[in-house]
Amino acid sequence: MKTTRLIIVAVGGQGNLLASRVLGEAALSANIHVGMSEIHGMAQRGGVVESALVFGNANSTIISDGEADVLLGFEPSETLRALNKCHSRSWVITNMQPLPPFTVNIGKGVYPDLNQITELIQQKTERLFSLNATELARQAGNILSVNIVLLGALTATKALPLTKEQMQDAIRKTVKKAFIDVNLKAFELGEQAVLR
Amino acid sequence: MIHKLLTDHPGKTELMLGNEAIARGAIEAGLCVGATYPGTPSSEISLNLFQISQQTDLYFEYSTNEKVAMEVAAAAAASGVRSMCIMKHVGLNVAADPLMTLAYVGVKAGMVILTADDPLMFSSQNEQDNRYYALLSGLPMLEPSSIDEARAMTQYAFELSETLQEPVLLRTTTRINHSTGPVILDAISPINKKADFTKDPFRLVTIPSVSRNLHIQLLENIKQAESLSEISSWNICTGTGQWGIICNGVSYNYVKDAIVDLSIENQTKVFRTGFSHPLPVQMIQSFLKAVDKVLIVEEGEPWIETQVKAIAQDAGLNISIKGKGETLFSRLFEYDPAVVRSVIASYFEISDSKTTVPDLSDVPEIPGRPPNLCAGCGHRATFYAVKQAAKTLDVEVIYPTDIGCYTLGVLPPLSMADYLICMGSSVGTSCGFSKVLDKKTVAFIGDSTFFHSGIPGLINAVFNQHQFTLVILDNGTTAMTGHQPNPGVDMTQWNLDNFTQISIEKLVRAIGVPHVSVIRPYQVKKSIEAFKEAFDFKGVSVVIAQEPCALINKKRKKRAFQVTDRCKNHRVCLNEFACPAFYLENQQLKINPAQCIGCAVCAQICPENAIVPVKELS
Repeated sequence: MKTTRLIIVAVGGQGNLLASRVLGEAALSANIHVGMSEIHGMAQRGGVVESALVFGNANSTIISDGEADVLLGFEPSETLRALNKCHSRSWVITNMQPLPPFTVNIGKGVYPDLNQITELIQQKTERLFSLNATELARQAGNILSVNIVLLGALTATKALPLTKEQMQDAIRKTVKKAFIDVNLKAFELGEQAVLR
Repeated sequence: MIHKLLTDHPGKTELMLGNEAIARGAIEAGLCVGATYPGTPSSEISLNLFQISQQTDLYFEYSTNEKVAMEVAAAAAASGVRSMCIMKHVGLNVAADPLMTLAYVGVKAGMVILTADDPLMFSSQNEQDNRYYALLSGLPMLEPSSIDEARAMTQYAFELSETLQEPVLLRTTTRINHSTGPVILDAISPINKKADFTKDPFRLVTIPSVSRNLHIQLLENIKQAESLSEISSWNICTGTGQWGIICNGVSYNYVKDAIVDLSIENQTKVFRTGFSHPLPVQMIQSFLKAVDKVLIVEEGEPWIETQVKAIAQDAGLNISIKGKGETLFSRLFEYDPAVVRSVIASYFEISDSKTTVPDLSDVPEIPGRPPNLCAGCGHRATFYAVKQAAKTLDVEVIYPTDIGCYTLGVLPPLSMADYLICMGSSVGTSCGFSKVLDKKTVAFIGDSTFFHSGIPGLINAVFNQHQFTLVILDNGTTAMTGHQPNPGVDMTQWNLDNFTQISIEKLVRAIGVPHVSVIRPYQVKKSIEAFKEAFDFKGVSVVIAQEPCALINKKRKKRAFQVTDRCKNHRVCLNEFACPAFYLENQQLKINPAQCIGCAVCAQICPENAIVPVKELS
């Protein structure tokens, strides 16, 4: 089958690793081979957390620059930073709610203009789906469900060979029991944001 | 609830992190005794085995350092029970002393030594290639390429160890440890706990006359290992054609993908070394004879390359064998699929199927997001107090530091890290710095690192009457690698019995350090005073800064602080303390209440007393 390469970028604490796990479980139940890699350790003290997910027949678990078919960004400036992973036919799904880095917060860096981020991503790639996943997570009942909102949006784009049902089952299997309902709601809201 | 890695459902496919798969493989092999010192990228193996040990007959311990962990495992294996020790690549340097002679002594039951290398140094101080330890010690080595292989190879490593009566090195890289993939479960073997030690001093006590015989035995064992490597199914030869590629580990994945992408399936033969020490000389000779030219794909040093060239020379072969080189592969960092594909294409002189990378020259500079000490981290408070006290000295201060979260003290505005080479080096190097420099030396070390290898340096300092201040940053955990225990931790807080907490203060006093003080770094003035006294002391002084890691301190009640309109924008807090909970809004400092943990250090350093708890205002 065709290989699809997905990069997820997020800021430490946004739940990138759980999102990867959900995607992996969904692929497993769909009988699609998946290889994933992630960076732990020093990267987790407020730094960027990047996961690579390779669906299909490839053996590699990492993705070279210019070879991601899909980029899922949890934070707009991080999505922009990860554009080097994309090619001209890549699809990008991104949260548009900024989480400014500390350097910006203390006036020692300038956060890029959001409109410019949108334009740049549109120019360099084939399609952009942008949403305020942070706001939708709040609406779902838990701001920490940003990751699952974005999985809903990703699923709705049909960029990956995974169905809504497979994803929902994977969420039920992966997240803590007490948070299943909130997360399923978050998934729906993310999905609707793209379909609308 | 039963641990997820204990599912006894042979044949079932589960998604696992490489480190989970390794732990699972050990459980399938009936591991009886495990020991570790935590280190990225190996840490999750131990985390899982430690959790499992609470539910089964497995004994698993966090040892004080890798040398001790290896000795614990060696004794267990010498007594006839299966054992494993787990460490990152540089950990094996610490354990190199037992490793080299354990290879002479051998084992009775299976013993596996897991060494996790970190090409590109995601979380390490160097990217040494630990395959050389296999050559140096003479021990057999296995290297997986996939997650399921990591599980299966771990299991096999115990069998191999028992066949050869030698410990087996299981060598991974970060992209095995921290990759996730499907794993097919095998049955879990029961744990054989029947330990028995047969006295045999003329084989087990390495006095020179014994070791002379043991070295002879080791060379025989290597020969036997080579014959097993020759028929090992972990050494895989696939494909047909006149071009040959020899590879190992994750490089095998990139090679397989590249061959498909470049459509050279019918021109290329691939040899993957999984049982990679000793290399299967006969297999490699046959491989070399069947191809016209050979490319070696291996991250790190030319370890395979050097040996394969020697094998070719012995066989009188004169074909081109290349690996590292200016137009070929680098000895630096990790590889990726595109790098491997491109070198294969250029070496075999075919065109590369390149993907178009977008031109990003017009993307504005994106502000960086370097890792940082957490909001409310006690280390930041300690660094601040040290810096204030150091301002009163009339000499420059040199700050040797050590390995842990506090290494982040290197970043501005703290900028308090001047020298670091390895675990425990803060203390030993301070002995040297203070001897040769006319400056003040103030060293930083964490609690876990102090137990690991800081103590001998401190004893040296007392004995030789060196002159420096050692700051022990005691946050009651091994934070950077994921909050593992260490001997200074009160284990009852995790409801774990059968541990004895060791007091760092008593230990330091017992060593005979002439000036010892204990501070709570959130108490700013007292801390600065304590540091001033310690700095003025002629001789070795130790300050123990006790503040539990803010990430796991369950006892602490969160009480956010805020900046009131008394603020006159001195920005002492921002420029000298720089807690990540701070932000500027219309050039006015604010505190993010979601991040603030209420340590109150900023409130104490504000010259206008403008920072107060949130509830005081409401």
